[in-house]
Amino acid sequence: MLDIAIKGSKNYWLWILLLLAVIGAGTIAYIDQFMNGLMITGMSRDVTWGFYIANFTFLVGVAAGGVMVVIPYYLHDYERFHRITILGEFLAVASLIMCLLFIIVDLGQPTRMLNVLLYPTPHSMLFYDMIVLNGYLFLNIVVGWKVLEAERSQVEPDWWVKPLVYLSIPFAISIHTVTAFLYCGLPGRGFWLTAILAPRFLASAFAAGPAFLIILCYIIRKFTKFDPGWEAIQTLSKIVCYAIIANIFFFLCEVFVAVYSGIPSHLSHLKYLFFGYHGHNMMVPWMWTAFILMGLGAIFLVIPNLRNNHTLLPITCAMIFIGAWIDKALGMIAGGFIPSPLHHVTEYAPTGKEILIALAVWATGFLVLTILYKLATTVKEEVRG
Amino acid sequence: MSKNMIISGLVIFVIAVLSPFWAQAVFGDKHVVPKPELVGKAATAKKCVLDKYDMRANHMSLLDEWRDSVVRDADRRYDAVNGHSFGMSLSTGEDSCLGCHEDKAKFCDSCHVYTSVNPYCWECHTNPKEIE
Amino acid sequence: MKKSRRSFLKVASIAAIGLGAAPAMNFAASNSHGAAKAVKDKNEEALTAHRWGMVIDTNKLTDEIAEAMTEACHSAHNVPDFNHEVDEEKYPNTRPVNMKQEIKWIWPEKFHYAFPYKEDEFLAEKFHHLPIPVLCNHCKEAPCTQACPTQATFKRKDGIVLMDYHRCIGCRFCMAACPFGARSFNYRDPRPFIAETDPDFPTRSKGVVEKCNLCAERLAKGERPHCEEASEGAIVVGDLEDPESDIRHLLAEHYTIRRKQSYGTEPSVYYIV
Repeated sequence: MLDIAIKGSKNYWLWILLLLAVIGAGTIAYIDQFMNGLMITGMSRDVTWGFYIANFTFLVGVAAGGVMVVIPYYLHDYERFHRITILGEFLAVASLIMCLLFIIVDLGQPTRMLNVLLYPTPHSMLFYDMIVLNGYLFLNIVVGWKVLEAERSQVEPDWWVKPLVYLSIPFAISIHTVTAFLYCGLPGRGFWLTAILAPRFLASAFAAGPAFLIILCYIIRKFTKFDPGWEAIQTLSKIVCYAIIANIFFFLCEVFVAVYSGIPSHLSHLKYLFFGYHGHNMMVPWMWTAFILMGLGAIFLVIPNLRNNHTLLPITCAMIFIGAWIDKALGMIAGGFIPSPLHHVTEYAPTGKEILIALAVWATGFLVLTILYKLATTVKEEVRG
Repeated sequence: MSKNMIISGLVIFVIAVLSPFWAQAVFGDKHVVPKPELVGKAATAKKCVLDKYDMRANHMSLLDEWRDSVVRDADRRYDAVNGHSFGMSLSTGEDSCLGCHEDKAKFCDSCHVYTSVNPYCWECHTNPKEIE
Repeated sequence: MKKSRRSFLKVASIAAIGLGAAPAMNFAASNSHGAAKAVKDKNEEALTAHRWGMVIDTNKLTDEIAEAMTEACHSAHNVPDFNHEVDEEKYPNTRPVNMKQEIKWIWPEKFHYAFPYKEDEFLAEKFHHLPIPVLCNHCKEAPCTQACPTQATFKRKDGIVLMDYHRCIGCRFCMAACPFGARSFNYRDPRPFIAETDPDFPTRSKGVVEKCNLCAERLAKGERPHCEEASEGAIVVGDLEDPESDIRHLLAEHYTIRRKQSYGTEPSVYYIV
């Protein structure tokens, strides 16, 4: 089936070339990091995770978001998702590859990575994260591939594919729950120490993932002959709508608890993010932008006329995607580490090289996504044609 | 694709894969295998932790075991089968590895360089002789 | 018993991975078949305890003493000093430092940073200027060891929380978990910033986390920790589980506080105020 990926238009190859160029540039930056250490990043003694882990957290969400097409189709026989289920699964594959790459580029001693397997440590949340992330990746690759292959030969998929699909549903929930548990089980970090972190992560995941999927559907419609179907997109947009409202609601619950109780160890982080703390306010414009984008996005999706508007919908989805990215990636890291456990305020901004490496990881993800989507859409075109 | 192209491609591939062997034969140093030299105290001590051949083959496993013992179990003394007692340390103390084998270049490096082994011990551990 | 099970597990895991299986198996075989067996043990002069702890008497602290403790600890443990001027000949093209990435094992903090939730509105004047030494608390319930995915940071039987620099993968999860900011990460090779390397202790490589080890290497030789020796009596290190120890007598006689007790990590460092 992979042969499909090496037959493409000029635009296809230009896009691949562009991605490869970004990957190449990022690789050069990564070699510098590999040789000289994480000193090339903006991370510090007080802010020990940065742009890499931020993007990792967000992309785990995008990966988990894929389950929002799997559940309706496989559990509720929602036929309209028939055509896009594979897109959700392949989006999860690409996102998970990015997640794993982000973890690897974040390690100080990447060559010792396998120590996690050599010394398995069940009391560490990272141990479970490794299991569920790799498990979910494996499930999606197998399921996506087998289903597509069956579709190409116009036969039913093997009998054992269905059980794997059902298994992938709890895995999707787990990847984001366990990722939230990485954060919310740490005693000294008031911003993360909240039981609602996992639900909030899931809510923003189920908004950002499907929102991105809608944008991808638009792109597919423009560049291929395959039409994911307007009704499927409509249903997806309703899912995004509920999820983003849930995310904002959970966040407001968070704000209420911190503000009304007034406990400094919880409140100081929110103060830093939204109003600045002791004169440090780098995150303030970002956070307000995030919540304006998500809030406006929610309003646009609630009002049927705006939601059904073909031109506005992708813009709304982009707003929600970017808003969720700022909120969950940048805000989660900066808010958690600032102020530090000793109440020092050390701000963090990624360096150019750090951003370049992150871009290369994104480009790798997009490369995988492009190839997988190329397969999926071509097969679907073949079958219909 | 023609049969010839495939075959010549395969031939190039095999040659490339075998490059370490023929490159060594053609361009490589034809010196004999280096022998670790016993100088200073080591030359007279006669007894090491394990016997010579065991040491040659297994010193890396021994050191791996030692570092776990010292760091994780706080056991720092090694009473060897041959009755001698050693401090389990690469470089600190008279009864450590370098305490007896005084010349790291001749004892560790000569073989490691020859076999292209690059252990990261010395990224952290220091050779007391190298610190002026 | 424990040791043999441990070495068995180690050998088994190495073999399973298939890395260096042969030498490991040979070595294990050569160990078990010999008539006598090699024995690993503690040094005879080693100081031992059931649970090591520390009492810091803030009444005896001055800026000089606090500084001397940091200096004694950092120079003996080869902790890099980013203010140190790099020897260009030995380490050419060393890039400029980012002070935010510095490394500290024990250092003085203002009272309201050392005890951020004890910020009394009307704190006695002398506490505003007091240099409170802060370091790893060697918590009884250490969140860092819980978080570490490779057991590179772990709790020793005698209560000391240690780093195994050989095993650390540099994920920095322990730093997120530590509520005391006691841990530092080697964002770069520390060697250019070590003024005089102490041959009795290794340096670290880039990419691993480090912190106070309560001078485990000194205790093993029957010596007292560096900070205690430099503290002119302000620091006493001893066995918290031994009711007859000096440190327990101090705790019985004085009111002491610990950092962030409410988190339940049970720090082993007490401050007399």
